[in-house]
Amino acid sequence: MLEYAIISAIKIVVIIAAVLTGCAYSTWLERKLVGRFQHRYGPMYAGPFGLLQPVADAVKLIFKEDLVPDKAERVTYALAPIISFIPALLSFAVIPFGDTFEIFGRTIDPVISDLNIGILFIFAVTSLGVYGIVLAGWSSGSKYSLLGGIRSSAQMISYEIAYGLSIIGVLLIAQTLSMKELVAQQASILDWFIFRQPVGFVIFVNCAVAETNRAPFDLPEAESELVAGYHTEYSSMRFAMFFIGEYANMIAAGCVVTTLFLGGWQGPFLPPVIWFVIKVALFMCFYIWLRATLPRFRYDQLMNFGWKVLFPLALVNTMVTAWIKLY
Amino acid sequence: MLEVIIFYISALIAIGGAVMMIAQRNPVASVLYLILSLVAQAVLYIQLEALFVGALLIIVYAGAILVLFLFVIMLLNLRGEKFGYDQGKVGVATKLIFSLVLIFELAAVVHTVSRSTNLARTSEHLNPGFGSVPPVAELLYTKYLLPFELTSILLLVAIIGAVLMARRDRADKEKEMT
Repeated sequence: MLEYAIISAIKIVVIIAAVLTGCAYSTWLERKLVGRFQHRYGPMYAGPFGLLQPVADAVKLIFKEDLVPDKAERVTYALAPIISFIPALLSFAVIPFGDTFEIFGRTIDPVISDLNIGILFIFAVTSLGVYGIVLAGWSSGSKYSLLGGIRSSAQMISYEIAYGLSIIGVLLIAQTLSMKELVAQQASILDWFIFRQPVGFVIFVNCAVAETNRAPFDLPEAESELVAGYHTEYSSMRFAMFFIGEYANMIAAGCVVTTLFLGGWQGPFLPPVIWFVIKVALFMCFYIWLRATLPRFRYDQLMNFGWKVLFPLALVNTMVTAWIKLY
Repeated sequence: MLEVIIFYISALIAIGGAVMMIAQRNPVASVLYLILSLVAQAVLYIQLEALFVGALLIIVYAGAILVLFLFVIMLLNLRGEKFGYDQGKVGVATKLIFSLVLIFELAAVVHTVSRSTNLARTSEHLNPGFGSVPPVAELLYTKYLLPFELTSILLLVAIIGAVLMARRDRADKEKEMT
């Protein structure tokens, strides 16, 4: 019992530290890559290749003044960044980062908890993340924030349906909800679900970008119309929490895509954890690439795309998969 | 021991959240307390080894339905000034009678459950895989197939009704415009 508690605690600390470092360096990666896409260098001065830029950003944010608008609902205003930050971290609890390995004579499974409803757990906690954005928009007492919050909730509700439906094809084939077993079923590259469920993969990636409010689906924070959307009024560490939450959500989406469609931690030669990190990092690059390439959707286009394209496509994909599975 | 502590904490949060929900004047705070209560209830389900039901409770209620509640409250921008003072159209006597009926029902439920022998069961007596998806699905599609299908028809009718009402509203407005 005690041993189990200690091992779990170590796993939790390691994973949270890794995720937070990942978030910090995703911002660096984003600035660097977007810079290159725009024929600039990106951050260069803080450390070699600007590698210390995230540290400089953190120091700057900590020393900024923490403003609370007069019209804000104080409790909710303080609570909102926390609510958007915690669910993003929680979803890492069921993601398997590698194969079991032995250390100091103990067999360690690099997953905090292999629930038999693993993937549903992720959907449950990420569905709570929307409250952070909605409450931030409502409690700031500002028009831009409110509009951003309303847009965001409409967007997330709309895309969550297709998001959930897109993985049903995978689950029908795999006959399991456990993340570990899903990885185990993709032993060879031909078994990867991206090849067995290509339509599901495309829908899932689209919805993952929309759910994390990233370009081209970043309407909740469309600068040209809404200043900065739901976090217009936030400054200092409260703003940083939204920021980290957004990146943690992106990394979580990358982990889910890797586990569900890209064979998880499996790959030749390199250790499993390295493979996992490579796949997630490639997915992050894909996110940034999208942001640098595509213009933002108009609001009605966004809603039409979600409800009239992705949702029916996901339904048809589910039905076809179920039919093939049966006959 | 740990399980008992977790049970009492989450049970307290579940009940306390529900009470606070109806005691609030601010509708947004009410929704927040309801979410808190639902999350605590999900913990209780998980303690009963019903992982699937617990996850569904969060996904469906906390993750979808209450977001819609909050959405409507935000759209109408209700900030609680108009609420709380209104006593409503229902008289005190009616309220008392309904409360008594509800209290009686609650007492009856507690009484029946506390006498049931099933309470002595612990997780060791459960079938393997209890609470995961396959056993729930098996019951839904065999023993409870009829109620399940009837519920889906009811939901479909409700959806079509909602769409119809929204459409009629829009048609009226267009008529007014022209």
